[in-house]
Amino acid sequence: MNTAENHTPAIVAENLTKVYGSGNTEVVAMKDVSLRVARGEVIALLGPSGAGKSTLLTAIGLINPPTSGRIHIGGELVLDADQAKVDLRQFRRRHLGFVFQKANLIPFLSAVENVQVALEINDASPRAARIRAMELLDYLGVADRANNLPDALSGGQQQRVAVARALANEPSLILADEPTAALDSHRGRQVMELFSKVAHERGAAVLVVTHDHRSLDVFDKTYEMEDGELRPSQPSETDT
Amino acid sequence: MNLAVRDIRHNVGRFALTTVGIGLLLMIVMGMGGIYRGLIYEATLLVDQVGADLWVVQGSTRGPFAEVSRIPANLEDRVRAVPGVAGARRFVSHTIQREHRGQPLRMVVQGLSWPEDKGDWVSLVAGRALRQAHYELIADRSLGLPLGEKVKLGKDTYEVVGLTRGMVGSGGDGLAFFTVSDAMAVQFDVPGEATRLERAARLVRLENLDLGRVTPLLSERVVGPANELPALAPPLVSAVLVTLQDGADPARVAATLATWPDVTIYSTQQQKDLLLSGMVDKARRQLGLFRVLLIIISAIIMALILYTLTLDKIHDIALLKLIGARNGVIIGLILQQALLMGVLGYGLAWWLGQYAFPRFPRLVVIETPDLLMLGGIVLAISMLASLLGIWKAMSVEPNKVLAA
Ligand SMILES: Nc1ncnc2c1ncn2[C@@H]1O[C@H](COP(=O)(O)OP(=O)(O)OP(=O)(O)O)[C@@H](O)[C@H]1O
Ligand SMILES: [Mg+2]
Repeated sequence: MNTAENHTPAIVAENLTKVYGSGNTEVVAMKDVSLRVARGEVIALLGPSGAGKSTLLTAIGLINPPTSGRIHIGGELVLDADQAKVDLRQFRRRHLGFVFQKANLIPFLSAVENVQVALEINDASPRAARIRAMELLDYLGVADRANNLPDALSGGQQQRVAVARALANEPSLILADEPTAALDSHRGRQVMELFSKVAHERGAAVLVVTHDHRSLDVFDKTYEMEDGELRPSQPSETDT
Repeated sequence: MNLAVRDIRHNVGRFALTTVGIGLLLMIVMGMGGIYRGLIYEATLLVDQVGADLWVVQGSTRGPFAEVSRIPANLEDRVRAVPGVAGARRFVSHTIQREHRGQPLRMVVQGLSWPEDKGDWVSLVAGRALRQAHYELIADRSLGLPLGEKVKLGKDTYEVVGLTRGMVGSGGDGLAFFTVSDAMAVQFDVPGEATRLERAARLVRLENLDLGRVTPLLSERVVGPANELPALAPPLVSAVLVTLQDGADPARVAATLATWPDVTIYSTQQQKDLLLSGMVDKARRQLGLFRVLLIIISAIIMALILYTLTLDKIHDIALLKLIGARNGVIIGLILQQALLMGVLGYGLAWWLGQYAFPRFPRLVVIETPDLLMLGGIVLAISMLASLLGIWKAMSVEPNKVLAA
């Protein structure tokens, strides 16, 4: 990686607007949101329910294109309004890692296979994928449950497997939507610290939607959303 | 890592049950094809086995397998005089249904041209060929008559002296070989009263003619056996079978015989073709229709189950799309399940058939080209059946993951 690349921001979102529905069911979920996240930066996104946090996260995650605005990831224009400028699926596979409130593991695959599948769809050989998946589970402390189906894992264990899956392809951008909602505060904090570690060690950008004010000290920056509008949050909120 | 197999392991009951159902349906499809082949085999078996070069049948008929063919028995003498002809035999064949030991007994009575033909060409599984001109028969095993069994047909009793296997007529009824005269006796058996009435009627007819009035001696003849009456037709047979001399040109001999206006000539192949295009053809179309319907039903069942299996994992498919899986991965998942179901069902059908087909009432002949063709059809319907599931999987949006 050369220096020029290191200075390109991980995400540049320009004037994102999202309108759901039309006529009298129209909802403006995101109004002219612009955001810039540097590499290695860990960002928290706060805000009341219905503020548009998930809408912003999924827009940047390239699974819910905005009505207007542009998204650059790693210096590359990937979405211009709802027009894809790259193969979005390939882009997600190679550069993005997702964690959601629910673990969303595939129920017919064991813990290790759930991680392995993310590697295999990105062209890793089954053998290499298996080894790497085991390493990740080990890193997240669930290696002992590697061969269990998701049903046999606790919510926290499932969520850690999901995090392992999100990290599998060493994404340059990790998007997490309330990843710790199903965890106790200790485990929740561990996951947040893990994101911060990955960001600082590997230079990945991390964007986390959270309601958990106790872990906010882990983040480099905090933004707040309300009624579809984004603004940097007050330092006082971050301190509590 | 194979997603299709892992998903099936997770849904093993539903998958297995459907596969068994498909397997049974395919077994019937396979069996019906086999029955059709069996029909052809059985229909042409006799024509092949009697080994005639030419068939002489009643003029402008299609021969004894297609309709009633009647020609005088003495036509064989006329045929023998034609250059190139080595031999001529009478062919008598008709199906009867009588009663034996309180059970219906349905058989094809087949006349052997005794004494030249004793049935030595019939492959026996037990007993021997015919040894006397009357009251013996060789029966197919399917008739259920044991060796030594006495069967009363008409006024006479016949003994089973030999047993064959797999010799059945085009209707699937077992063959029984008699001498021609016995076969005709069985066919034309009339009760004594009918004979008496016929003789009385002859006498009355004669007395009404001036011939009867001027030759009273004749009236003694007409009340006697029919074969003493020169004015009555000789007995009728179904066909005369011609064997050619070595090196004789069948076309030439056929052309010579064809100039006779009272008969029609067929080669063995033509006789077989007539058989197949006639009754077997209807059975073929009927069986074919059932097979097509069953294949369509199999395809629909497969499509439905693959669709529900896909619906069950639509959330997982959305997730795979979300984490960036190519469409190939998702299509492969569904297609592999479809093909696996088809291949397993086909294998099961074949395996079950090994046990079931020999127990079918009709002969089932399974031929490799038919198996290959059905295999191809199964692959095709498997792929077709997966389309509905694939279409559903392709239309799901990755952000569906979040909608749960
Ligand atoms: N698919 C959709 N169709 C119509 N409206 C939608 C859709 N998704 C979200 N909305 C609306 O857009 C607004 C923002 O929703 P969003 O899910 O982004 O909020 P959020 O900040 O993530 O809330 P929460 O904290 O409850 O998850 C809401 O008013 C919501 O009702
Ligand atoms: Mg949300």
